[in-house]
Amino acid sequence: MGALRDCQVDARQTEDGTPLPPRASSIIELLFPFFFQKREKKSRGEKMLVVRKKMLGQSLLIRPAVSVLRSYSSSAKQMTVRDALNSALDEEMSADQKVFLMGEEVGEYQGAYKISKGLLEKYGPERVLDTPITEAGFAGIAVGAAYHGLKPVVEFMTFNFSMQAIDHIINSAAKSNYMSAGQMSVPIVFRGPNGAAAGVGAQHSQCYAAWYASCPGLKVLTPYSSEDARGLLKAAIRDPDPVVFLENELLYGESFSVSDEVLDSSFCLPIGKAKIERVGRDVTITAFSKMVGHALKAAEILEKDGIDAEVINLRSIRPLDRSTINASVRKTNRLITVEEGFPQHGVGAEICASVVEESFAYLDAPVERIAGADVPMPYAANLERLAVPQVEDIVRAAKRACYRSVPLAAAA
Amino acid sequence: MPTLLSAWFNSHQPNLHPPSFYSLSLFRSSHPPPSPNPTLAMALSRFASSSRSGSLLKPLSSAISLRRPISTDTTPITLETSVPFTAHQCEAPSRTVQTSANELLTFFRDMALMRRMEIAADSLYKAKLIRGFCHLYDGQEAVAVGMEAALTKKDCIITAYRDHCTFMARGGTLLEVFAELMGRQAGCSRGKGGSMHFYKKDSNFYGGHGIVGAQVPLGCGLAFAQKYSKDEAVTFALYGDGAANQGQLFEALNISALWDLPAILVCENNHYGMGTAEWRAAKSPAYYKRGDYAPGLKVDGMDVLAVKQACTFAKEHALKNGPIILEMDTYRYHGHSMSDPGSTYRTRDEITGVRQERDPIERIRKLILSHDLATEKELKDIEKEVRKEVDDAIAQAKENPVPESSELFTNVYAKGLGVESFGADRKEVRATLP
Repeated sequence: MGALRDCQVDARQTEDGTPLPPRASSIIELLFPFFFQKREKKSRGEKMLVVRKKMLGQSLLIRPAVSVLRSYSSSAKQMTVRDALNSALDEEMSADQKVFLMGEEVGEYQGAYKISKGLLEKYGPERVLDTPITEAGFAGIAVGAAYHGLKPVVEFMTFNFSMQAIDHIINSAAKSNYMSAGQMSVPIVFRGPNGAAAGVGAQHSQCYAAWYASCPGLKVLTPYSSEDARGLLKAAIRDPDPVVFLENELLYGESFSVSDEVLDSSFCLPIGKAKIERVGRDVTITAFSKMVGHALKAAEILEKDGIDAEVINLRSIRPLDRSTINASVRKTNRLITVEEGFPQHGVGAEICASVVEESFAYLDAPVERIAGADVPMPYAANLERLAVPQVEDIVRAAKRACYRSVPLAAAA
Repeated sequence: MPTLLSAWFNSHQPNLHPPSFYSLSLFRSSHPPPSPNPTLAMALSRFASSSRSGSLLKPLSSAISLRRPISTDTTPITLETSVPFTAHQCEAPSRTVQTSANELLTFFRDMALMRRMEIAADSLYKAKLIRGFCHLYDGQEAVAVGMEAALTKKDCIITAYRDHCTFMARGGTLLEVFAELMGRQAGCSRGKGGSMHFYKKDSNFYGGHGIVGAQVPLGCGLAFAQKYSKDEAVTFALYGDGAANQGQLFEALNISALWDLPAILVCENNHYGMGTAEWRAAKSPAYYKRGDYAPGLKVDGMDVLAVKQACTFAKEHALKNGPIILEMDTYRYHGHSMSDPGSTYRTRDEITGVRQERDPIERIRKLILSHDLATEKELKDIEKEVRKEVDDAIAQAKENPVPESSELFTNVYAKGLGVESFGADRKEVRATLP
């Protein structure tokens, strides 16, 4: 039976996001759910949360954005991130004539990573435009088209090339609505793969999340799963502001379960809300994009050691869902931030600062940051492995935060 | 130090008249082009500018003999532009232009208003009521006014930071200009933009851009949108001789030519990119030719009728054949901005020379007087009126309040999603973005 259980939300899901089946097993349970609610033992952190909330009169609204189970058909389909993006683009272009796609190889080549496969055939060369290799030029043209009311989706073959166009992203797109006091809104999406791929070297491996997310006027989204990819891309295209949509090349081929709700053409995820991928009570791990997968694997390993990790998929770097992160830290009292990009002035630094400002009293251990190595990306496979966070790095950091780590080896 | 005039002679084509001849607006087309001989040219120019009665200025057609009341007469008058157009990869339009008393007087009034506005802005800046950057357009009024006369409000204009007069030509008010310059609520950007960020979207004026050259791809994007939406309208993207060397310009031109966008790139060549003369910045200062595969036209930017004719021609061309470049040969009397005296990289003689021989307002004044379209007194009255308008607007702008503190956080996003934003001390100042 499909009972909606809003009062008791069991958000624990399997790693690939399949919702667990509802638990009602008798009529009595359905009629009198209150008596059958499993009262989870409140952790010390949770109890303190209640006390402190009353004592300090916190005005911070704490609304963990745990996804509510819905009882759609449980035959979960599998969808790759690539197909998720392709279908999102297709549906949005079909729904709104003003949406068009522009970038290198998006048309006849079917997309450098095949994200735009089939779109040229379906929508024609007026709406799917192959550009020359001139990022500054075509990004500027796209922003100008957005000024005049169209809704461009600009593909950068990787975000490393967006640096050629960064003046248009920041000065022409992000700031225009403010400088014109609302006259010039810029409904544009800049999308493409971001961060490290495999063996592509220093100039093709940088993560731009921190750079773009520091700029007011931009929205920065980082999908992980296919659900994220579909919902966030649709939200980005519909949003009237400039959105930087950071995908990941290594995720394109990964398959995730998607419910019928996700497959519906009106499906959309809210911008600015993180998702708790795994509920836990001992340590909070924040991550985005590919690192979410690493964090979930780390959580499995930690569970065997009796550490129950809560994994938050940020989904949105700007706006950052500070309330979800802080609520989680107030529950667990420990925080690990994970990101692929350079550590200095990174996303983790912002999260750490936010938590120190909002939830200092709740921290039982220093905030740990796991990030890419502070070096340009090397090519050799062993060095590359050292330059990017691995699952064991996250596990080690979590154990440190729980004061359970193996004593540090003497410094060399 | 090489002066503007000698630099001209070095770089110009033989069939192009040296600048001193621009003072005479009405040469017959059969007049033989003079050789580029500096001494001869300067002697002739002195001769021309010393003539007061206008006996040298004969209209080709004498449709007007009686004087009519100011600004109502629309009977066509046929005139010639000061110099013929020089074309690259296209047929130049005719030098013969149609105008009317009404139009000439409107031109006079509009340019006089712009001139007065810019001079007043100079004083306000020195009085510290205007802060930061202030780039003045006096001397270049003919480009803004002539262009607007050739366009409709469906056509788009985008320019760089020297945008006060272009904004006015698109329908902005003096109050909006002065209030924005002084950072007040009644400004066109509610005080949040400043001198370089004037916009008027309802008239298809898209600013107002501080990054040199960025407005050119943006303008080509506007043209893209017009073509996409089948507007049958064009975009004029203005840039200076300094910006003409920007790479993104050529990137945008390449795409515009490939996709046949109705984009007109207008180089307002005032011969100095900040303090650098054009011959020091560009290997080829023939900006109208720099489009290579894209056709170009060189226009006397101090002759409002020539500007109007060129823009009409360009609009027709762009709607059929894609992008075209217009080079407006113009001049700014002020320095690059208010912090630049404008005399360290050019001589005062050069500035006064151009003011005497090529000033756009004086040219129209001479035309009006020689055709008996108005008396000197009537023109002076117009100038007095215009001065009063400017003074009134300044007084009104001075009374206008500064923006509310809450405006710090408005318009960051079109859709703020209720997220929080922070002031300098985030524990003190927070706001929810609407």
